[in-house]
Amino acid sequence: MKISFILNGTETCIDVAPDKRVIDVLREDLCLTGTKEACGSGECGACTVIADGETRLSCLMLAAQLEGRNLVTIEGLGSEKSLHPVQEAFMEHGAVQCGFCTPGMVLSAVALLKKNPGPSREEIRKGISGNLCRCTGYQKIVDAISEAAVKMGRPDK
Amino acid sequence: MLNIGMSIPRLDARKKVSGLEKYAADFYGLDFVWAGVKRAGIPHARIRGIEIESAKKIPGVINVLTCRDVKGSNRQGVVRKDEPVLADDRVRHCGDAVALVIAEDKMALSRALEQIIPDYDPIPGVFDPEEALKTEAPLVHEDNPEKNLLMKGFLSTGCAENAFNECDAVVEACFEVPFQEHAYLETEAGWALLNKDDRLEIVVSTQTPFRDRAEVSEAIGIEEEKIRIIAPYCGGAFGGKDGVTVQSLLALAALCCPERPVKMWWGREESFISSAKRHMARLYYRLGAKSDGKFHALEARIYYDTGPYDHLGGVVMALGLEHAGGAYRIPNTDLKAWSVYTNNPVGGPFRGFGVVQVTAAMEQMVDMLAVELAIDPVELRLRNALGKGDKNPIGVTMSGSTGIEECLATLKGNPLWEDREKWKSKAGSFKRRGAGMTSVMQGMGYGPVVPDVANAKIELTEGGKFRVFCGVVDMGQGNATTYAQIACEVLGQDIRDMELVLPDTSKTLPSGSASASRTTYTFGNALIGAAEILKERILKCANRVFMNGEGSDIALIPGGVRNIPSGQEISLSEIAGLLGNSERLAVSRFQAPVSTETPAEDPILRVYGVPHVIFSFGAHAAFIEVDELTGRIEVVKYITVTDCGRIINPQLFEQQMQGGVAQGIGYALMEDFVTERGFVNTPDLATYIIPTAMDMPDMDSITVDAYEPTGPFGLKGAGEVACNGPLPAIANALADACGIRVLRSPLTPERVLAEMNKEK
Repeated sequence: MKISFILNGTETCIDVAPDKRVIDVLREDLCLTGTKEACGSGECGACTVIADGETRLSCLMLAAQLEGRNLVTIEGLGSEKSLHPVQEAFMEHGAVQCGFCTPGMVLSAVALLKKNPGPSREEIRKGISGNLCRCTGYQKIVDAISEAAVKMGRPDK
Repeated sequence: MLNIGMSIPRLDARKKVSGLEKYAADFYGLDFVWAGVKRAGIPHARIRGIEIESAKKIPGVINVLTCRDVKGSNRQGVVRKDEPVLADDRVRHCGDAVALVIAEDKMALSRALEQIIPDYDPIPGVFDPEEALKTEAPLVHEDNPEKNLLMKGFLSTGCAENAFNECDAVVEACFEVPFQEHAYLETEAGWALLNKDDRLEIVVSTQTPFRDRAEVSEAIGIEEEKIRIIAPYCGGAFGGKDGVTVQSLLALAALCCPERPVKMWWGREESFISSAKRHMARLYYRLGAKSDGKFHALEARIYYDTGPYDHLGGVVMALGLEHAGGAYRIPNTDLKAWSVYTNNPVGGPFRGFGVVQVTAAMEQMVDMLAVELAIDPVELRLRNALGKGDKNPIGVTMSGSTGIEECLATLKGNPLWEDREKWKSKAGSFKRRGAGMTSVMQGMGYGPVVPDVANAKIELTEGGKFRVFCGVVDMGQGNATTYAQIACEVLGQDIRDMELVLPDTSKTLPSGSASASRTTYTFGNALIGAAEILKERILKCANRVFMNGEGSDIALIPGGVRNIPSGQEISLSEIAGLLGNSERLAVSRFQAPVSTETPAEDPILRVYGVPHVIFSFGAHAAFIEVDELTGRIEVVKYITVTDCGRIINPQLFEQQMQGGVAQGIGYALMEDFVTERGFVNTPDLATYIIPTAMDMPDMDSITVDAYEPTGPFGLKGAGEVACNGPLPAIANALADACGIRVLRSPLTPERVLAEMNKEK
């Protein structure tokens, strides 16, 4: 089945089985391995993507559901040379350890800050509570998101 | 430009936040095929036969393999090789691998796995380590002369039996701690390719590439020289990838489809059912003291459930036994431990390595004794804390830096701890607050017999940069970055001019496992040696260019060498051009110091790692709020005070403390890997609950001013010590808040409430 959607800002048309999981489409057909799978059943948030501005779990989404959508994966957020402020803050504040939860965590943080540009630490914790991390204990992730919120809120940024 | 002591963000962070870092799970390749495993699904049975022909006929299935197709020993294991790659005559736990399927796509793979139906003759199983030691217990390995006993260890000092009669206060309890799942985000994954020239390449998420190569070689029957193992950054490991997971299976699969990449990636449920867990343990403790608070006698009986296979279970038990009495002077001890086979999930290495279990028991005993003696818990620990030169509870002299007293004293003076009564008094309605503390310690390295060795290699590239060949895996701890910092410091360079080559049996040198809190200590020391050699060569070469005599005042500066008196400079790329290819490479070997003391009559304990000479220490405090209506515990604040020697990178150090505490809080409050007669009741992250951001408090990670003379720049290992603290600290806080002890962890709301109701 032919499916047309916007992927990381680019009009994209793919021909895949409509019931193929979006995470497999991304990783296997489009070579975008930044989106990670860690449970396959919607419990961990590692496969988070942003579809039409909302976070979605790509392991629970089928290819047919991509039709007409605007999809952003971690690869589309910033480039290695020019990181998104949230990515930059994760790096600087030590919010990355093994890094396997990081792409999903970063996208959840971006979506959170879009809805709530000045969240409290408690609101950040709640906002990322669907993303499991086994390495960090979350403290530096919360620090990074707080810092990114401040930086993104500054008009001179 | 400072390196050592600076919070330099890890070098891998940029690629990781961009989604560009390639983990083992991210390798696919042209024309790749999938491999998958049929799991036993039954805890104990004889295999009468396995019907694979109908699975083989499914379109897209390339082959189905069983133990008959394994040409090697078909056995894996680091110490005792007792685990089949593919089950032969019987299965011993639900996660045993019975058949291997190779298929063109995932659909064909899953259809084939469903189609394979082994013919089982179920046999009674054994599911409790103490039951398993009884004479009538079903045998997990019929050929084991010691029946269900994998390994036992006895250590003692003085005469505990008589000493208890001399005590003024004695406390006694039995604790039970559950299996804990590592729950790394990246489940076991790998990719293999049998090349044209018959060489087997395996990319795998592992902590132990060099040891894996030897294991795969023996189990599958391929020459070691033909196997190359590449170990990218792991998506978490924590001990769970210390040893073979997918490696041998991938090798088998690759052998039957030459020149096609084979991919294997366990699903979460498969990972939970078949991977190793932190050992469930039951611990019987008795501790006695004199009225002045001096510990006088300790007795411990510790049973570790190692499941059906060794998987380092004997070594885990030995380390637990060594740490059973904690960081204290106790003149009379009687310590016994057993590691026992059952048909439960496999017990294996997990951050803390047997020490988590004993710390939970010992540190609760100390608090119980503090109550009996009416002595403040910190004060009681201070009166008994080990110092350098003291003999520890197994009678071995503390010869490394020993900062437990400083940690305890720092915690004692911490404002939050000092003001805890005031904080507690402000609990809201139906809430009770408590503050609890604990000591922690963790031995470092392999112990006295198995050589704890690292081989470092560093290269001055033709472009004048430095390439560090990391011998030890970075599974997320950030040790690769620390290596770059160490090399920078010795060579006077900027960290941006450092390039890292990750472990690869064809490129880097064998340096042991990423485990035992040893990675930075052992490899760091080796790297200092290699960098010093290279530095000397560079300076010598520069001296010739400057036409100076020996001993002239010249210095490495970022990117070059300067002749200090004349100000003349030469770039490192020019130096690289002047040096021969072999001169641009330097290697060095380091072997960690060992103890010469023999604490036990049983020499096997030395082989299993007892005793250690270098330990990291800490004092932790947990501040908790207990809901009287639900029994739920919330950890509001957590403090770690740690002696890990000198800290090379505070940010990476804090990550280790916070991450260790998070896993410890999970273990203390919610993580319970539940099995029922060998069947797993918690096969996913919806039933096995790990902490989310909402379950974690903010943590203070404090250090004491410490220095370990044998460490690289004074460092000691920091990877494990923190995870030992949360269970005893929280249990002690619960006792402080509510006057209750829940002896079986995790401290779930149900258990807390039941215990609170008993008190009423």
